[in-house]
Amino acid sequence: MNQATFFLSILFFFCLSSPPWAQERLKLATTTSTANSGLLDHLHPFFEKEAGIRVHAIAVGTGKALKLAQNGDVDVVLVHARQAEEAFVKAGHGVNRKEVMYNDFVIVGPVTDPSGISGSENVIQALRTIAAQKSLWYSRGDDSGTHKKEMSLWQETGLKPGSGWYQAIGQGMGKTLLAADEKKAYTLSDRGTYIALSTENRIELKILHEGDTRLFNPYGVIAVNPKKHPHVKFELAMKYIDFLTSPKGQSLIGSFRMNGKILFHPHLGD
Amino acid sequence: MDFLFEGFLEGLNMVFQGNPAVYNAAWITLRVSFGATLIASLIGLPLGYFLASTSFPGKGFCTIVLQTLLGFPTVVIGLLVYGFLSRRGPFGFADLLFTPSGIVIGLVVLAFPIVTMFTMTAVSGIDPRAREMALTLGASPRRAAWTLFLEVRFGLISALLASFGRVASEVGIAIMLGGNIEGYTRTLTTAIALESMKGEFGFGIALGLVLLVLVFFTALLSRYVQKL
Repeated sequence: MNQATFFLSILFFFCLSSPPWAQERLKLATTTSTANSGLLDHLHPFFEKEAGIRVHAIAVGTGKALKLAQNGDVDVVLVHARQAEEAFVKAGHGVNRKEVMYNDFVIVGPVTDPSGISGSENVIQALRTIAAQKSLWYSRGDDSGTHKKEMSLWQETGLKPGSGWYQAIGQGMGKTLLAADEKKAYTLSDRGTYIALSTENRIELKILHEGDTRLFNPYGVIAVNPKKHPHVKFELAMKYIDFLTSPKGQSLIGSFRMNGKILFHPHLGD
Repeated sequence: MDFLFEGFLEGLNMVFQGNPAVYNAAWITLRVSFGATLIASLIGLPLGYFLASTSFPGKGFCTIVLQTLLGFPTVVIGLLVYGFLSRRGPFGFADLLFTPSGIVIGLVVLAFPIVTMFTMTAVSGIDPRAREMALTLGASPRRAAWTLFLEVRFGLISALLASFGRVASEVGIAIMLGGNIEGYTRTLTTAIALESMKGEFGFGIALGLVLLVLVFFTALLSRYVQKL
């Protein structure tokens, strides 16, 4: 029986303990667009080496990332939904919000462009055309930054999308693009994820509308307010924010390429 | 067809070339699944034995509750346990969310009804007089339980293997409580969910193959044990 106890304790140790050399960790809630594109894998090794810690990235939609931060389950967030970010800071959940980088949203759809939106004057007109033709439109429907942007654009059209042609599929950006590709639907995507999927020929969707100032997509970083959640690693979070906004961090962001294409433009300029 | 075929080839290639991301995920999966099965058996074996060997008012109700837990969707378990482990929840102070231990806790909730029900069935299968006999012959209740357990040991091992197979292959709990952090809480199933989201079909297949092998050997072991 003693042997069994000994064996069990060994197993317990093996399964549950973290190794003694485990480093301190900073929990970052971020969006799928930054994590799945490989940007964070490009940035974090430098910061981890400099600060001697590990950054644990949890990739979810912007809405969920802010929720995790509000609950105090992470230390810092890197998201893209300016209005929601400002509301988050105003409500006292976060402090020291800083602009990090930007790219833009694009309307993508089948190569054949069945609704004929490619010549549209602006994105609002493009959406109105899609609605009038009742072409299939996939919405993220997941309260992500992209979804929030899409909602605000539809609101501006004055239309209430729905009934059949407008489908909320409740998936991340990658899955939504893959699904839109399969079903020949239109959708709104951040340029980074679109480039990541299209340069490797995983999708045939084409960019059919771009360049409208409404489609600007800035990313911000915010530390969780230590007054609300005393347990958060505020100093590390501030270090991380300083790193992202430092000339070094900014140039790293600007140097990130996927198959030769820039996915994110640093806030300080390329 | 090319698409499928190439995906499989790419997957096999990754497995045999020892892709570190694949093996890292497999290692994490093994660790949390072992841990969860171990803890679940510490709860489930005694509980199953108790339910099988004693009768008390409300026993039928307990059985129904366990039966319901068996069919509980893992995302609901994940969500509930998240509520407990979040900083806003009662156990937030322990900082278990987004750690392997957090996953283990959720998996235990999934696994212990399986172990309990299997144990209950196995122990109920023995002639009830066996326990009485052991007690009459002067065995302590603990000793009597041990004797019965030895009698149905193969059934109990099947219980552990079944729960191991289940927790190794679930995805909802691991992603909600682990957060899918690379090299830390990224299990085989959550990695597959991520790779499919990125459109990396081959990589997903590679991870799937490793998981398949893992569950296959669990089933094989279970079959072997039952034939003993």
